Amino acid sequence: MAKLLPRRDAVIIGLGWTGSIIAQQLAQAGLNVVAIERGPWRDTPTDFNIGYMQDELRYGIRKELFLQPAVEAMTMRNDASQTALPMRDYGSFLPGNGVGGAGVHWNGHTWRFWDSDFSIRSHLTRRYGAKKIAGLQLQDWGATYAELEHCFDRFEYLAGISGKAGNLRGRIQPGGNPFESPRARDYPNPPMKMSYAPTLFAQKARELGWHPFPTPSANLSRSYVNPLGVRMGQCTYCGFCERFACANYSKASPQTCVLPVLMRQPNFELRSECEVLTVNLTPDGKAAKSVTYIDAKGVEYEQPGDMVVLCAYGLMNVRLMLLSKIGRQYDPVSGKGTVGRNYCYQTSSAARLFFDSGKTFNPFIAAGSLGQTLDDFNGDAFDHSALGFVGGAGFNCVLTNGRPIGYRPTAPGSPRWGAKWKQAVVDGYQHSTGFSSQGSSYPVRQNYLDLDPTYSDRHGRPLLRVTFDFPDNDIAMSHHMSDQMEKLAKVYGAKVATVSRLKKGWDSVPYQSTHNTGGAVMGADPKTSAVNKYLQSWDVPNVFVVGASAFAHNAGMNPTGTVGALAFWAAEAITTKYIKSPGALVPA
Amino acid sequence: MRRLAFLALLFAAPALAANTDAGKYQAVLGDCAGCHGKTLAGGVALQMPFGTLVTPNITPDRDTGTGNWSAADFRKAMKTGVAPGGKLLYPAMPYPAYAHMPDGDVDALFAYLRTVRPVKNAVRVNRLRFPFNIRFLMRGWNLLFFHPENGAGGSRGRYLVEGPAHCGTCHTPKNLLGADKAPALSGAVLAGWYAPDLTGDRVTGLASWSKAGLVEYLKTGRNSHSIASGPMAEAVENSTALMTDGDLDAIATYIKGLPAAGGNGGGVPRGDMQVQAGVAVYRLNCSACHGADGKGSAIFPPLAGNPNVRQASAETLARVVLAGTRGAATKGAPTGQGMPSLGWKLDDAAVANVLTYIRNNWGNSAPAVEAGLVERVRAAK
Repeated sequence: MAKLLPRRDAVIIGLGWTGSIIAQQLAQAGLNVVAIERGPWRDTPTDFNIGYMQDELRYGIRKELFLQPAVEAMTMRNDASQTALPMRDYGSFLPGNGVGGAGVHWNGHTWRFWDSDFSIRSHLTRRYGAKKIAGLQLQDWGATYAELEHCFDRFEYLAGISGKAGNLRGRIQPGGNPFESPRARDYPNPPMKMSYAPTLFAQKARELGWHPFPTPSANLSRSYVNPLGVRMGQCTYCGFCERFACANYSKASPQTCVLPVLMRQPNFELRSECEVLTVNLTPDGKAAKSVTYIDAKGVEYEQPGDMVVLCAYGLMNVRLMLLSKIGRQYDPVSGKGTVGRNYCYQTSSAARLFFDSGKTFNPFIAAGSLGQTLDDFNGDAFDHSALGFVGGAGFNCVLTNGRPIGYRPTAPGSPRWGAKWKQAVVDGYQHSTGFSSQGSSYPVRQNYLDLDPTYSDRHGRPLLRVTFDFPDNDIAMSHHMSDQMEKLAKVYGAKVATVSRLKKGWDSVPYQSTHNTGGAVMGADPKTSAVNKYLQSWDVPNVFVVGASAFAHNAGMNPTGTVGALAFWAAEAITTKYIKSPGALVPA
Repeated sequence: MRRLAFLALLFAAPALAANTDAGKYQAVLGDCAGCHGKTLAGGVALQMPFGTLVTPNITPDRDTGTGNWSAADFRKAMKTGVAPGGKLLYPAMPYPAYAHMPDGDVDALFAYLRTVRPVKNAVRVNRLRFPFNIRFLMRGWNLLFFHPENGAGGSRGRYLVEGPAHCGTCHTPKNLLGADKAPALSGAVLAGWYAPDLTGDRVTGLASWSKAGLVEYLKTGRNSHSIASGPMAEAVENSTALMTDGDLDAIATYIKGLPAAGGNGGGVPRGDMQVQAGVAVYRLNCSACHGADGKGSAIFPPLAGNPNVRQASAETLARVVLAGTRGAATKGAPTGQGMPSLGWKLDDAAVANVLTYIRNNWGNSAPAVEAGLVERVRAAK
């Protein structure tokens, strides 16, 4: 029998980016807030020690900061005809764990999804006709870019993003991204200083008439004080971002941007190492009354709250909804139900170029977002009329690291062992470079999330089952991107160049991307979306579900900028609308 | 919230409220929470050269706190070091400083202490070594060293520094019996930290700090020179950050007027082996935050030209490198950035070398740090 605790105004599940932003906004508005976090408390001076944070074996290979499958695994399959099997180790994607969540160990690429993303169905239908997107489950997001612009701005200023505006209130800015949607003001900090690889990439791309620009980065180009008064440091280009926490306060994270202020709030309390088992609903299923969680000693508690905000990783938000019966499971056969719908991923390929000793790249001068991007082939920046697909990819030359264990590029045909392999590693380390396409992932009827019928976790709850393969549209898109990358690779004049081509049959083992989106998507229609435009559950209006789970599709960009904007957007709806008049903010 | 408002209404006897507000501010000035804890229930261990004193419970609990005290009892304890029953207090309780406080302020403080939540917490205070554990001996100490009649006259700043804020308790050197010795506020070892020189000394003191910079430090816990850490972080968070701008200005004016004293005895000769050995340790472990040029950044304090690294004693520096530390976090500067522990990685010689390098580079000049000091600090943890 769970111990019953005193009621709180708001119960937040998960204290990563979304949880900390929403907790801060709600606490500042005077609500009594408790956050319940499954993983441990982590902070910079005590846990991200500069003397051992760059331990690649511990963090990069053994993945100490990540969710471990013994805590929560998932089952995977490519299509409904297969039996899903549980992953023994996280591979294709690496969910975060603990306070700060994935915000601790991300690379820091910070994008705004475009105007044409938020209204993707109307936009593509208008431009190409409905037939062009038949077979894709593309849908508008319910909220527009114009509505969200100030929320993107708030996240960028909170995180101290370093970049260069490309479109200021409709005026294209030289040196920025000409394809981005208009922004009200520039980034708070200038771009990072470029190393050789991205400098060369930009030069070569310009020779083709393309438009490279500095990747907007959460690795800070200079010291910064954010609007909450929290100070951040200047990035040292150490090359230990992804899979690592930042030891010197120069990568934006909940720890470096929000927690110092949030933890001081007397009306906020964090309970770490407490795992939420379920959100408990009233007998009619129309309101959440409490959450049940289990602490590190195995004691169960029931925490009542007027409002519950799911701020776990997107996939875990979906699983908690299914376990708690918030909304109806999506059925790919009938198309009915909304929870689990429109699960998307990322569609990527990569180019690697090997030079002789004339070009030296010093890849150890690195940062998670130190690089150049071009969006000439992203989203709907180019005309798809004559092409057999929709969507696109950002081309990124972001060499995140030159770490000794993981970064060992060797030219194709090199031996796999022995003295010649060693020489190939030496040559490849200093004299090769690369770039990649990060492509959009569009929803199709058969890609979805549900609860596994066979496998369960340590508490006996069914695991999440992921049914996913790259849709034909996305494969065609990706191959077109590989064609473009080959054009660019030619301009480099490399000794050897390889460009990968994505195949059907998503493999959950090799690392690809931790950009899992959808499953509890936002929208204007309760038949096709699990939450309304304010991230509020259509079915249980005192539950908000915040994160990439709300993405109606995934664009050719990293999700965090949009996730951060949606967190501010939901917090604003809660503080300015919901607490004045609790109930559905949009009539179903 | 509503419940709190209701309680506030219940207790809204205006005169009492005014006096408790004034008394609450006296508790801020005197930093009661610094030693007696946030709830004032005591139990905080103070490491003294004479052993350990554990601070008593000063909440109005009748059995274990000050619930049975009268205002007169409290005044006597605060200003003469004699508690009810004739019990002599140890001067770790800074009654020699509080003796300067006007009776009205002490009474207001007492009125405020009546209003805090009583906490039942019995504390065994006296854990000093023999013979210091004999309270009666304090009578002799008082005869020798307690001369409140030479009081803190003059400016508000001097009154605050020598009176309620009791800065000298940490920053003034002590004789063998723990009494202040001149020059006042010129730096002192305390509880494993070195409370730095606050005088106008150009090497170890605050000569390079502007008055505005000192006010910023006391108000927020940081300025472009330094971040308060260790016991000073607590003093800032519990006391100076909550003081009025007028009082901070008065304190800064007085401190900036202190004549140069302190000093450190000079640096090491050019070509010193420890300095040379410290270069590599610095580049590998320190430069990412403090900069290859030692100038720090808007978030990390500079080491170049920083009097804190040039103190006569390197005890604080050794402690910070070995154990790490956390900066003050205040409303004005909430970050509370910290220094990680490097004691697991650097041996005593490496710490001594890097500190000697830091103390004798970028224009700094201070005596070498011996590995023996680092060893002692490490053992004391």
